[in-house]
Amino acid sequence: MDDTLIGRGLKRTPLPRFLLWLVPWAALLALGLYAVYLCFAVGLNQTNMDNRFAFGLWIYLDLTVIALGAGAFFTGFLLYILKKKELKAVINSAVVIGFICYSGAVGILMVDVGQPLRAWFTFWHPNVHSMLTEVTFCLTLYLSVLAIEYAPLVLKNRRIKEVPGALVLEHQLHKVMVVFAGIGTLLSFFHQGSLGGLYGVLRGNPFAFRSQIGIWPTTFFLFILSAAAVGPSFILLTTWLVGKVSKKRLVSPEVFQTLAKISGSLLLVYVVLKGIDSLVWINSTSPKTGVQVSSFYAHPPFGTWVLFAEVVLLGLVPAAMLLSRRVRARTGLLVLAAAMACAGVVLNRYVMTIQTLALPSLPFDSFLSYSPSWQETAAFLAVLGYGVLLYSISFRWLNLFPEERELATKG
Amino acid sequence: MHTQKHTTSLPAHRYTLVVDLDRCTGCGACGTACAVENNIPPANEKATERTGTVWMRVHEARTSAAGAGPTTFVPIPCQQCDNPPCVDVCPQRAIEYDPRTGIVGQIPVRCLGCRYCMVACPYHTRSFNWWTPEWPEGMKATLNPDVSIRTRGVVEKCNFCVQRLQAARAKASAAGQTEIDPADYVPACVEACPSRALSFGDAADEKSEVAALARDGESFRLLAALGTGPKVVYRSSDPVLRERLSRTGVTRG
Repeated sequence: MDDTLIGRGLKRTPLPRFLLWLVPWAALLALGLYAVYLCFAVGLNQTNMDNRFAFGLWIYLDLTVIALGAGAFFTGFLLYILKKKELKAVINSAVVIGFICYSGAVGILMVDVGQPLRAWFTFWHPNVHSMLTEVTFCLTLYLSVLAIEYAPLVLKNRRIKEVPGALVLEHQLHKVMVVFAGIGTLLSFFHQGSLGGLYGVLRGNPFAFRSQIGIWPTTFFLFILSAAAVGPSFILLTTWLVGKVSKKRLVSPEVFQTLAKISGSLLLVYVVLKGIDSLVWINSTSPKTGVQVSSFYAHPPFGTWVLFAEVVLLGLVPAAMLLSRRVRARTGLLVLAAAMACAGVVLNRYVMTIQTLALPSLPFDSFLSYSPSWQETAAFLAVLGYGVLLYSISFRWLNLFPEERELATKG
Repeated sequence: MHTQKHTTSLPAHRYTLVVDLDRCTGCGACGTACAVENNIPPANEKATERTGTVWMRVHEARTSAAGAGPTTFVPIPCQQCDNPPCVDVCPQRAIEYDPRTGIVGQIPVRCLGCRYCMVACPYHTRSFNWWTPEWPEGMKATLNPDVSIRTRGVVEKCNFCVQRLQAARAKASAAGQTEIDPADYVPACVEACPSRALSFGDAADEKSEVAALARDGESFRLLAALGTGPKVVYRSSDPVLRERLSRTGVTRG
């Protein structure tokens, strides 16, 4: 049964070994699901969030995985709209990773809210002024788009395509994929931006608040750009990782080169704009609220090193590395640069979520600390477990890397 | 997407609470009266200072930077801002600014429990119901029938005892009057304060006591630089305390 599901010409590890690989990830998922059950049954008192630290690990996770999952929409945009044909080699994998990231984020969001059964209120009684409304709309719609983009991969499976009509449906879906890529890009632009806007509109929080361009705060645009920049890096990183774990050549080196160049160029633009935004914030936006920016960095461990690490160490440096031909020629350095780029965005989302909430606001407030409960951590890790499980199954039975067979034949 | 300005046209009535810090003894009667009036359940045994449900929290502040000096008690309910940072962020319109009264209402039955409003509020005056509300046997008989009980997983806050305003309106309407008698609308906290540290009224009425107090040189607003336009006004005869309490917490020296 297993052999007949694996694509022709592809070699996969024996089934027992594959099942053994799945066990720890399944255990992680099971533990997380138990934690989720506790949160639903007993309440969010199972978490260590409170009235002051009202967002925590889960919102941070949402922001991070959605930024990293941006590779799906951006690769689709580059391939179908800008006709970067070489990216066909990674588009399937990008779609699966995007689906994992977005479905994981939506799942965790449903646990994070106190009344998940009222989620439909946002669609029925939307507050059009809320960034969260935009996030909710675009996130759910884009998850549907990702599911549609995922469908042809499943339909092309060796056994499933024997089902009458499956190939016809796959062919029809393939023909309209350019439309979905376009819709996906539009939706992603908005929700990536709105996630940044979530914090940029906080008029009561001078650390997070940013000046507006049109009707959006600058964080709206910075989040779009940073996600588009690290999306290709994350695809590069995961493709390299899957190749290492499976001990296979999955894509030609040119694909890594293209991803690195795109990621590096966008990251450089992002770093420049982030620098300008920081200068405006330091010299204008924050002083207007009566706060000098140095005050934000006078509360350890959040010193100015955080800003330096975010903009220079994990921004400018990886951008320069990804754009350097000599670095790109060495896989180890290339992967390191991609990892640093991803780490920069991970740090940015951490700062926006955690530092924003930790800083004192009332005159008699103190710097706040928060550490997630085991239930929060387990639910967080469950997304990782779910992701590895779904990706592993997809890698085994679906053709995620179209060049794999050809590269295997070449040896 | 963008932030709405609620201050462009101020409401016909601007219900305002004035807190005289020189008079507040920190007894907590305001918070207790608030809890009884608004059906706030007894705290869960596992609740902490940061997870309990409190609509009127009394903070302690010191006049000197080193934490020395006499203690000042600062009661903080929802500041009922004219330019509230919370209204725009709610994804499903569970927070409303009443353009007739300036009161910012929280509507628990619409609330998703996303807590974005709590993150947006710099005064931290909201509580999330982390536990299912429970009252000891027999205590349910003391619940206020004019205030609905909130479920687990929603956010709640002070609304200047708006049910008392509705009752005052009903009374005025029955008497054939268009305006309420100010004496008929007094929030529970103001009523309960033994040292008369709290004054309440319509600041849109220039002749009212609260309008005069709000204009007074000894009055100030918390986090005024943020432009939220709070309708809770604080007073102190101590200029050092006024200056310290006017700052943003992150700049505290």
